[in-house]
Amino acid sequence: MGTAAVYPRVRMGETLPRSSEAWVAALRAEGAEREQALSDLYALLLRAARFELRRRRAALSHVRGEELEDIATQAADDALLAILAKLDQYRGASRFTTWAYKFALLEAGVKLRRRGWQGREVVLEPDAWSAFADRGASAQQTLERDELLRALAAAMDGVLTPHQRTVFVALALSQVPIDVLAERLQTTRGALYKTLHDARRKLRRELVAAGYLEDQPAKAGEDKR
Amino acid sequence: MSNQDDTRQNPLERLLGPTAPEVGCDECFDRLDEFVELELADFDADAAVPGLRAHLEGCPACREEHDSLLALVAGG
Ligand SMILES: [Zn+2]
Repeated sequence: MGTAAVYPRVRMGETLPRSSEAWVAALRAEGAEREQALSDLYALLLRAARFELRRRRAALSHVRGEELEDIATQAADDALLAILAKLDQYRGASRFTTWAYKFALLEAGVKLRRRGWQGREVVLEPDAWSAFADRGASAQQTLERDELLRALAAAMDGVLTPHQRTVFVALALSQVPIDVLAERLQTTRGALYKTLHDARRKLRRELVAAGYLEDQPAKAGEDKR
Repeated sequence: MSNQDDTRQNPLERLLGPTAPEVGCDECFDRLDEFVELELADFDADAAVPGLRAHLEGCPACREEHDSLLALVAGG
């Protein structure tokens, strides 16, 4: 006897309303119940990945539609694996579907950022101070900006380690996406951001001391780290 | 702090990131789903997950993922 009568199939892209507990239970079950839950979850993840793709479509106009669809599929595949590996970490702080969506959005976001930078050189030396580009600035503003630039360059020379300098130049000045830099330097987003954070703190301290920035105490109720 | 006015702001501020204490990318991801649901329910997400909002100001990649999750969940 087939299972169709017991476990009605749902069409792709349409999911049964399940409680968060029911999602987790079904994914931990065996046989047809688990298969159905996996299929439903995959449809959700693909929907989230395609949602991300549509949000970035304009920045990826040079990439063929089929390739983008492949990226969405890979993102859903990778998100499904990550979710199954981390199912024990779901604590019910949000709905299960919200928790699951974030994995698909992360995977899609990382892949699309990397695809957008494919073939582009990552500038690791500060010859491109693009973050300072300021159209329509007056001569006075340009003078002030040049002075700030010199102060920043001096602070970078004075307080940053070579690695902090590389990371700060790429992420803050050249605005290289963090996942692109992580891939090229064979590290993780978390480790890179930590380096960026340390570099920023050192530079801020230096520039405040030199009078180029105002000292901004932490807001009331927040601890200064 | 959240109302960044780039025309008035010292351009160094944008490069140097938030001054408030912030979580890192991994903790941001861990708590992002909870944070977004609290925001959508009009609860005080910033009090429940301190340091996450500041991280979003300093980290464009996490900010994009936050904005996407918020839009996706808000849209049903
Ligand atoms: Zn981050």
